[in-house]
Amino acid sequence: MNSDTKKVITDPLFNNNPIALQILGVCSALAVTSKLAPSLVMCLALTSVLACSNVVVSVIRNHIPSSIRIIVQMIIISSLVIIVDQLLKAFLFEISKQLSVFVGLIITNCIVLGRAEAYAMKNSPGMSFLDGIGNGLGYSLILILVGSIRELFGSGSLLEYPIFPLVTDGGWFTPIGLMLVPPGAFFIVGFLIWGLRTWKVEQVENPEYQIRHVHRLEDA
Amino acid sequence: MRSFLALPNDSTLKTLLVALLLCLVCSVLISTAAVSLKPLQMANKDLDRKKNILEVTKLMQPGGDIAQQFKQIEPKVVNLATGEYVDSIDPGQYDQRQAAKDPNQNFVIPPQRDLAQIKQRAKYATVYLVRQDDQIQYFVLPIHGYGLWSTLYGFLVLQGDANTVFGLQFYEHRETPGLGGEVDNPKWRKKWKGKLIYDKDGAPRIQLIKGSVGAEDPHKQFHVDGLSGATLTANGVTNMLQYWFGKDGFGPYLQKFKNKV
Repeated sequence: MNSDTKKVITDPLFNNNPIALQILGVCSALAVTSKLAPSLVMCLALTSVLACSNVVVSVIRNHIPSSIRIIVQMIIISSLVIIVDQLLKAFLFEISKQLSVFVGLIITNCIVLGRAEAYAMKNSPGMSFLDGIGNGLGYSLILILVGSIRELFGSGSLLEYPIFPLVTDGGWFTPIGLMLVPPGAFFIVGFLIWGLRTWKVEQVENPEYQIRHVHRLEDA
Repeated sequence: MRSFLALPNDSTLKTLLVALLLCLVCSVLISTAAVSLKPLQMANKDLDRKKNILEVTKLMQPGGDIAQQFKQIEPKVVNLATGEYVDSIDPGQYDQRQAAKDPNQNFVIPPQRDLAQIKQRAKYATVYLVRQDDQIQYFVLPIHGYGLWSTLYGFLVLQGDANTVFGLQFYEHRETPGLGGEVDNPKWRKKWKGKLIYDKDGAPRIQLIKGSVGAEDPHKQFHVDGLSGATLTANGVTNMLQYWFGKDGFGPYLQKFKNKV
């Protein structure tokens, strides 16, 4: 594996994480992570949709009229999502009930459209596939972390397997209610971004931040 | 084909052709997936319904085989207008939700009586009975009605007196998670146990109220705590209960059992 290929896969994990740096796909990261199992399924669903949509968009990239390119991308993405949704309903019914509308919302997950437009429109199918996998993994990393923390401290278990004995079952652990509601995930994502930017300081100062400085009134 | 690919990308002809081809390919793929997976999805839904019935009657043994456990429950088809059982229809084959859409098997509800906002319902409903020593212990009655965003489908379980609530469970809805979605909250569902549907005159009185039921509420046996932040879903639940336990719904059927007591 040459360094370019490796970079495409590993960069989205820490250096250019879709959730932590690009702040995309946060909606689903808040909504489905109250338990680890649905988080894992969401990761799998998003990664497969992302990789496939990148490949399809990349294959036909030289024939997409630029005037309708966003619509073309959306049609490809939404068709893939509907197929994934149908597969979940057929083979993983319980989890598809828990994910409910959020599978459908992969269509509007900015990561998918973002990668199609930013990467797959300009690169070969093979590399686009790897880019999809890489960004899927970056998204999954955050989702799995958030899902583990929320289930562990909100329900005292991991994948429904009890880790901390609950007070209600005669143990010592009082579940933290905040972890079970979406705002809890907001805090965790915030802390993860803080941690990541303390480790990788270069992520702190990004262009949008500087633009805001330019517009400050004190310069006028 | 080659001449098509060679067209400039932004020509009107190519734009139209690309759009057309893409839509064609995508729709074929989606319909194939939808049609071929349908039997599996139906089987899942059926199993899920049985599981919900077992759960709401507290007969569910964790880890047990659902189809096997479901044998202790007796499904019956009821003619809602007369309240009589319809023995000519096999309850295992009858699909009430399908029948509600079939003009030959449904009943169009006059708008002023359509409390649950469902427009039409099947003439026959499938009820599930749990017997103990030949006495009916529980009636499991299917109910549905419109909440805020979606139709809620669920079961209400009555005890043998055909008036006291044993439990309520929705198995399908798309209400807002955390607000209307709290109809799934086990703590809230527990508040239903022991409530009464009908008053002495046989009118359905059960309803959700705003806030929680006070100790000195004179009608507390008919009142259930509302859902905070979900007034419309709560109203939907009240309306669907008013409809399904009124004379258009299970009223005539349940009347027969109340007379016996």
